[in-house]
Formats: sequence, structure tokens, C-alpha cells
Amino acid sequence: MNLCIGGAAGDGIETMAGILEKILQRSGFYLFSMRDFMSRIRGGHNFAQIRFSPDPVGAHADSLDILIAYDMRTYTEHQRRLKPDGLLLCDPELGISDSRMLPIPLKSLAKESGNARTIGVICIGALMKLLGLPLTTAESVLREMLSPKLLDVNLVAVRKGFDSTVQKQQLPSPKADGRLLVTGAETMALGALAGGLQFYSAYPMSPSTTLLTFFATHAEKCSLVVEQAEDEIAAINMALGASYAGAQAMVGTSGGGFSLMVEGLGFAGIAELPVVIADIQRPGPATGLPTRTEQSDLLFTCFASQGEFPRMVIAVRDAADAFYQTARALQLAKKYQIPVLVLSDQYLADSAVTIAPLDILKAAQSVSPLPPQADATGVYQRYALTESGVSPMRIPGKSDALVRIDSDEHGEGGTITEDAQVRIQMVDKRARKLEGLTNELLEPAYTGAAEPQMLLVGFGSTSAAIAEAVTLLNNRGCSIGALAFGDLYPLPQKQLTRYWKHAKAVYSVEQNATAQLAKLIRMEANLNCTDSLLKYNGRQMSVDDILTGLEAFGIGKEVPV
Amino acid sequence: MTDTAFYSTETAWCPGCGNFDIVQTLTNVLGDLQLSPNQVLLVGGIGQAAKLNQYVNANGFSGLHGRALPASVAAKMVNQALTVIVDTGDGDSYGEGGNHFLHNIRRNVDITHFAHDNQIYGLTKGQTSPTSDPCGVSPSGACNLSKPFKPLLVALAAGATFVARTFSGNKEHMAKIMKAAILHKGYALVDILQPCISFNKVNTFAYYKEHTYELEAAYDAGNLETALLRSMEYGPKIPLGIFYQVEMPTYHQQRPAIYDGTPMIDKKASVAQLEALLGQFA
Repeated sequence: MNLCIGGAAGDGIETMAGILEKILQRSGFYLFSMRDFMSRIRGGHNFAQIRFSPDPVGAHADSLDILIAYDMRTYTEHQRRLKPDGLLLCDPELGISDSRMLPIPLKSLAKESGNARTIGVICIGALMKLLGLPLTTAESVLREMLSPKLLDVNLVAVRKGFDSTVQKQQLPSPKADGRLLVTGAETMALGALAGGLQFYSAYPMSPSTTLLTFFATHAEKCSLVVEQAEDEIAAINMALGASYAGAQAMVGTSGGGFSLMVEGLGFAGIAELPVVIADIQRPGPATGLPTRTEQSDLLFTCFASQGEFPRMVIAVRDAADAFYQTARALQLAKKYQIPVLVLSDQYLADSAVTIAPLDILKAAQSVSPLPPQADATGVYQRYALTESGVSPMRIPGKSDALVRIDSDEHGEGGTITEDAQVRIQMVDKRARKLEGLTNELLEPAYTGAAEPQMLLVGFGSTSAAIAEAVTLLNNRGCSIGALAFGDLYPLPQKQLTRYWKHAKAVYSVEQNATAQLAKLIRMEANLNCTDSLLKYNGRQMSVDDILTGLEAFGIGKEVPV
Repeated sequence: MTDTAFYSTETAWCPGCGNFDIVQTLTNVLGDLQLSPNQVLLVGGIGQAAKLNQYVNANGFSGLHGRALPASVAAKMVNQALTVIVDTGDGDSYGEGGNHFLHNIRRNVDITHFAHDNQIYGLTKGQTSPTSDPCGVSPSGACNLSKPFKPLLVALAAGATFVARTFSGNKEHMAKIMKAAILHKGYALVDILQPCISFNKVNTFAYYKEHTYELEAAYDAGNLETALLRSMEYGPKIPLGIFYQVEMPTYHQQRPAIYDGTPMIDKKASVAQLEALLGQFA
């Protein structure tokens, strides 16, 4: 079942969606809930879309079963997506004429309840009745989520909504089993904490700000230093200062903020300071579309900064993956003393989804530590030349060792040098860390036929939709498979070469305009995609988008259902 | 007399550079304060002054141009047991690092900032610095057509709790001010006038010797209004000394729930705390 609630900014769409999500979660459904908000505080058009089912759902879908319209604009923008037998829930005052309409006098019921801002809760009451869900579930969630001051009026309102209509369906009542309802931003933050995070600095920037507010809210309980920096340059240099002093550090931003951090990225590279940089992508360049989604920072994050140094780029694919991969990123950064970039995007960070319980210990131990290195004899040298390229790291003040780091090229002791031989030794030492890192790479997840004739490649947040499209097409008789990349740079290549061999055609499916993954694969693996399915209007690619797009390439078209 | 624990030798400075007096005085002060080298973290950005940490036997962080302050305050945030001192130039402190200068004053993290102010860009060979004299006063290749930056006035306006000026040629005064700055609880700024013998032919050792004078003995460093007035005095007569010093809660003291005395590097979220946090999403 797919439901959309739309209105203007300030109408309380976010609040209503939050309450409804919790009710559906408590009723035992899996859900996937996305937000489409404009970069403004009042007015405009915002909507939330909740897809729910007794079985897991990993992406949004386009066609709607229920449309709740607070205003005329919601109706005109979304009515085309409402199924012929769908339900349009709105106030008759809007003057809409549509056979799918279920008119409920929302405004007057809200007034009768004693607060004009209870429209959302009246809609929730009506939905409970329509779908055959018990009113008590809604009431207990309201008790939990609302302040005592607002509770009574909302309990009256939800009852009024419930009594305003009749039951149309009886939804199943599946059993909930310790599942979580989380956004991709929340799981990323939780994963960072599980990975040992001790320091987080950031400058507010959509859509990464939810990380900063999450960490600030829980700083005290989690023994975490959280600092709102004066700009992103300060944010990354703070993280590097904290990292030098012995804290596991992370920064979060979006593409524009990451642009400002790039010099700091190179500093982390040459000074060998562990740091995790989360880039919650939005469409660029410059200010771009602040509240919308894109996957266009892939090549930028792989190659940003002057000079050459090892780094790692990981794209998180769903909420659970964001948890485990962010924890892993912190551990890899520490183990190899490198910057690790974690790519998410607005769609994944802001969407709420039901997932299986998360395993904190598994996340905390996802990387095996380096074998212990013998203490250097004599004077401690921060950049001692080693076979692995990783030098023993000391925490300043924790021993007699003096710890010296430098953004200039430096000798083993960490002081500036221009010696030609030392320069080569240090470049090579840093590069050697890639050998160990390459052994840690996780291959992309594969969905589909054992020996597919068509192969799709994608990364990050589109992975669930791509996998769903592949399953649908294979059910229709296609021979298709998809590789969903998480680790991107260095690029894992085993699965890629294995499946590429059988495929007659390979398509990259990406949320950008220039097929950046296809370019990366060509550059790193010397393999050429046949074509690419690209979306870059700032709205997330749906399963329907992928099916339609592949049809244009002649896939899934002539195959009988 | 040079303190042996902290002193190291080879430098990239020009013979006769004011930096020599600064590093020698600083190592002596650190010795006098009975700090051991592993408790001290010296931080620099980029520039000739910023190299100071490489010539002292202590922990050293040579960061990016203009970014010494954010790195320093963060190191102190996670380990308040370290004595954190920034030594870097006027271009690094007030030009490239201007935004960090303003906002780190407001944070009042307990660090010390020695800004080596030679009123010129030395390492890049003689360009105008934010603090170069106005062209009307001393026309030279590197004079300011823009208004010269007044670091002390700006620091006071931003809420600094310790603001001072000294001169590298007056080592006794410099030692006294350095010691007071390091002992101050909170962010301490010391603007250190220093000749650049290669590129600044106007603001020389003799120039500073002639134009500087010490604030009178009766001067009240606890009065912000007086401090604001005296910090604007910069021309034929340049006052030296502690312009303003006040005890205010430091960054750590303002957050007692988080900073309970145990350095943050020795703490992190426990599995039980994380399980409880996950429980909120069930």
C-alpha cells in the first residue's frame, strides 16, 4: 500500500507523517517513508510518501493507493499517480470533483476538536477506520509522542476522524519482532558511535544537518565531543586536530561543504591522520537544489585534492548498510591512518524505513586490527618507514614519545624536508597502505540470474530499487542481474569481471547526468558500459523509472508477462 | 641561558630574525613552568613563524595555512591535559585564518596564541600583511591601502579574556607576558611585534625599540573600556603589556556534563548506552 500526504510548508506534514509511521510500525508493517520538501519554512509544496507492507520494502514507488490532500496543489500535482481504484482523502471545501474522493470535513472537525491544527490527526483517525486498524494503536502512539498540553485535544480529534467514515478494507495484522524504524541519517550516526566515534564537527548544511543535531542531542550520554564549526574548513581542521590528539573523528557535510574541506582532505592524506568524511549528497554545483537528491559527487570524492595519497570511498546503500559501513569506515580510517569518505544522499538520509535489529558488536568489530607493531627503539618517529606503510601511532601526552605531524612533506620524524630521496620514500610508504586496504574491500551485492545476459551496475541509495526492478524483470522471463556497489574506491573488481563475462550488454543506473560510475569502471577496470540510465531532476529514481528506462533500451518490453 | 629540555637547533630562519628571540624565550618559559615536553603541544599553520614548533623539543603539529586555531582547540577539547600553544604569523592568524580567529576567541578554549607580527609576508617574499602600516604613514612596497587590521581591538570586541602585546626585542617583557598568557585559563592572545630583517625595512628592530613603551604600572587590565581605548593606540607610540585579562568560564567549564575531568580520548559510548539509544527506534 502506498500513501502520499501533501500540503504547504508549515502545514505539519512532517509531524503527521512521523505519527503515522510510528502507528504503522506498531501495527507490524514494514515501511519505507520518503520526504519531498522545498527549501523554505512556509508555503510551497511539501509531501511525505509512505509505502507499507507485511513484507520488507526498500524503496518508494510511484503509483498511489491513498492520497491525502491538504490543498489543491497536492491534488493537481499527484492525482495522476493515484490508481483508478485509489482513495483521495480531502476536505470537500477544496471543491475537487473526482470519483475517487472521500470527502471529510477536516477543517470543521478540527474546529470542533478545539484546535485548527489537528487536521493531520483527524486524517490519521479516518485512515485507521478505513483500513480496519484499531483506534487504540493510534491513541497509544499519540500518548507517547505528544506533550501533555496537546494530548487531550488530539485524542478528541483522532476519535472524530475515526467516526467520520466507514471501514473500506481489512489490512492484515502482521507480527512485529523488535524491528527498528529509522532514517538513513540516524543509522549512519548510530553506526559512527558503534565504530568508536569520539569527536564530530560540522557546519549546518542540508541534507547533512540531521547528523549534527543527532550527535548534539546524544553527546552527553555517548561521551562525544560535538562542535558546530564556523565553516567547513574549521570543521575538518578541528577533526584533524582531535584525530592527532587521539580521538576517533568524523565530519559530515554535503557537496558544497566538502568542496571547502578538500585542502583538509589532502592534509589528512599526507599527515596520515585518520578521519571519516560523510558527504550527504544533494544536486550541485554550488548551491544546486538544497533539499533534493543526487549521486553526483562520486568522482569528486574519489579524486578531490591536489597531490596523491591513499583514500577510500564507500557509498551506503540502505539504512542498515549506513550503520555497518559507517562503523567500518571509522575502523578502516584508524587502521590505515587515512581519510575515508562515506557517500549518502538526501533520499537515503531523510527516508524512514523499517529494518531488522542492528548488531552493535558486529559493527564495532567489522575490521580486524593490524598485528601489533614492535615499539621502535630509540626516539619515536611518527612516520617510521614500515613494510605495510602504516607507522606506529602514539597519542601525545600518553607516553614519553613526542608526536610530530606535518602538512609539508616530512621525514620519518615528522619535520619538513625537501630531500628528493625522502620524498620518494614517503610517497611510496603512503601508497603501500593501499595493498592492505585492497584486501579489505567488499565486493558489490549481486541480485539476479546466475549467468545474466544483461547486467546492471549501480551504487548507493538506488540499490534497493534496482534490485526490485531486476526481480520483477526476471519474473517476467528476462535474464538480468545487478551489482550494487558499496565500496567504490579503490574499486572492487572480482564480481564485476565475473558477471561482465556472460553479459551481452551492461547498463549503469545512476542518479547523475554524466554516468560517473560507468566512467570509474572504465578507468579502473577497463570495461565499457553499453549505455547508462540516468536521472538528475533532483527526485529519486523509482522502480517504475528503472523499468521504463530499461524498456527504452529494449529490455523487458517484448517479454511476455 | 637556554632551557635544555625544550631547545632544538637547526632552523630555516634568516640570521638575525626576530623568531630566534621568540623561540629562545618560549623554551625558557616552558622550562620555568616546569612542564615536560610530552605535555606540551605546539601548533603552527604555514609561514616562517609557523615553523617554530619544528625547532622545539615538544609535541608538534604543523597544519594548513590559516588553520592552526581549529586544530588546536579540538586537540584541547579531547585532551585538556595538554598545554596547547599556537605559534604562527600575522598572515596565518589574521589573514587566511581570520574567520577562525574571530570564532575561536568566542569559544574561549584554554589555549595560548602567540601571533608573530612582523607586519609583512616573509615566506612569500614581501607582500602586504593585514597588519602592515598604512601607506600614508610609511610608504613602502608592502604598505596597506586597505585599513590595517587591529588584532587587539578585534580580539577585545570578540570577547577575548586575555589580550596582550609584546616585542621580540624586549625579552624580559616577552617572557613575563608569555608566562602570564600560558597560565591564563581561557584563550589568550599575544601579538608579538617582531622585525623581518629581509623584507620589512620600515618596522625594524630600531623602529620598534623607538616606538614601543610599556603600559604604566597603574594600568587596570580589568577594565574593558580602557582596554578598547588603549588597543586603538598604534602609531608613533605603541603600548606593550597586558591590555585586558578577565576570568570567564572556559569552553570546558561551560560544559560540565561532558567535561568531567577525564580526557575525552579516554571515553566513548558503551555498548549498553548504544543499546539504549537503539531502543528509542523500536
